[in-house]
Amino acid sequence: MTDVRRLPTQEITTATDTREILANARRDTERYGLDDYFIVDVDSHHVELDSWPEILQYLDSPVMRDSANQMMANWPNAARLALHNHSPGLTMQDVSGRIPHQASLAEETPGTTSGADRDVTLVRRAMDAMSIDVQVVFPQPMLETGLHPQPEVATALLQAYNRWFTAEVLPREPRIRTMLGLPFENPDACLATIEEFGDTPGVIGFLVTSQRHAGVHRNAYMPVYKELERRGLPIGFHAGPNQADTMTSTMNRFLSAHAMSFVTCNMTHMTNWVVNGIPERFPGLRTIWIESGLAWLPFMMQRLDHEYSMRQSDAPLLTRPPSHYIREMYYTSQPMEWTDDKLLAATLEAIDAENTLMYSSDWPHWDFDVPGRIAALPFVSEHGKRNILGETARKVFSLGG
Amino acid sequence: MTTTTSEARDVDVAASDDVPERGRLVVEIDGTTTLGIFRFGGRLYAWENVCAHQGGPACQGRIISRVRERLDAEQRSLGMRFDENTMHVVCPWHGYEYDVTTGRHPGVPGASLRRFDVAEAEGRIRVTV
Repeated sequence: MTDVRRLPTQEITTATDTREILANARRDTERYGLDDYFIVDVDSHHVELDSWPEILQYLDSPVMRDSANQMMANWPNAARLALHNHSPGLTMQDVSGRIPHQASLAEETPGTTSGADRDVTLVRRAMDAMSIDVQVVFPQPMLETGLHPQPEVATALLQAYNRWFTAEVLPREPRIRTMLGLPFENPDACLATIEEFGDTPGVIGFLVTSQRHAGVHRNAYMPVYKELERRGLPIGFHAGPNQADTMTSTMNRFLSAHAMSFVTCNMTHMTNWVVNGIPERFPGLRTIWIESGLAWLPFMMQRLDHEYSMRQSDAPLLTRPPSHYIREMYYTSQPMEWTDDKLLAATLEAIDAENTLMYSSDWPHWDFDVPGRIAALPFVSEHGKRNILGETARKVFSLGG
Repeated sequence: MTTTTSEARDVDVAASDDVPERGRLVVEIDGTTTLGIFRFGGRLYAWENVCAHQGGPACQGRIISRVRERLDAEQRSLGMRFDENTMHVVCPWHGYEYDVTTGRHPGVPGASLRRFDVAEAEGRIRVTV
């Protein structure tokens, strides 16, 4: 007897349960035996604006908190945006409703008692659906904080968010870890952030988020890097898109701006990072480049090596070509541009991916990658796949176990 | 719900009315195969609910016409329009679009859904799995 069952959800929408949206990931889990792998997802997101009123109550300054409360009370659309520099272009990410999970995870979470509790429930659903053991969770619009027009507000918001996340989210689920955003406009505040949260369970590093206007080589940042190196905590550069950048402002499609902006953000930082010899100054500081994909890296290696060979005096701290340093840094995999086998294979070879690449899903964003993406790579060894899916992250973040 | 041969089987999955014009029905057969049945221009089409990209539930996505860009005689853009002579289903994982009549992505050669034979008779829809 054949059993025919009509799926209860004929069309997946923003109201669909995460477990149902991701149900097909089970096919990869079975095909590749992913339950047998230690899988660490080094870049995923929760929707902090869903909990925005809760987060804003963690603002330290009574004046800032009053501003936030007044905005939420009086402005019809600011209840979940007060003080935030939310970029309007971000609402185009879901391709006009074609990719609903990008816009909202509006599903039911019965019994949850707060925004944080709900967030943890959603994260657990995604982890279980994708066979993920440890998930590094970041905010979403907060990653735009590096572009906030008022640095003192950005610093206050990051402090409030970091306090909320460490108090309300991390204690609820040990499988959740995070790298907290640094208020990069203010090096002293960066150091204070590391001091306050550096020993907090679940905090496994710190981030520079979407910032692209501050030179990462400025002397003021050296104490920040030194402190991270001393503590053995990695620094991550989480790229972010912005359609209002000088270059992207000429682009009339979100596709164009997203494709270029995410990458040039990290290209800028990596150039300054390497040319100014930061890896020579802090050889023990582990550096991670997040959410820029991989295709930019062979370009950077070739371009910087080419120029360096003729202008060594411009980069006197370097003792080797830039590509040698680039090959010793770490990268998250998503969005892995797998459109040409030969080009991807060469890219993975160039960056020594079996020892430097770490799987990331970027869930619930529109261009997320499931772990099966790594498991399916035909030109990576079994050992390399295990490294990429979790073992390299275990080492980089000292996850133990 | 019937079984025919040990290899390919014709399976009665729904009544004709369950799949209206520009509509769909997504069914799971024996807990192993999930497919979407679509009707466009009076004809039925059946595709596996597995995206060619990363395996997402392509048949459970938004149904929408293909977007085209209009140009004038001087090749100047006149903006976008929906092509109502097409019916796409969009994988909700990452936005891969498929023409339901061909199962093919309109712009990525080789990206296509796995097809199933589908037939309609006496008010019932049957697929071969």
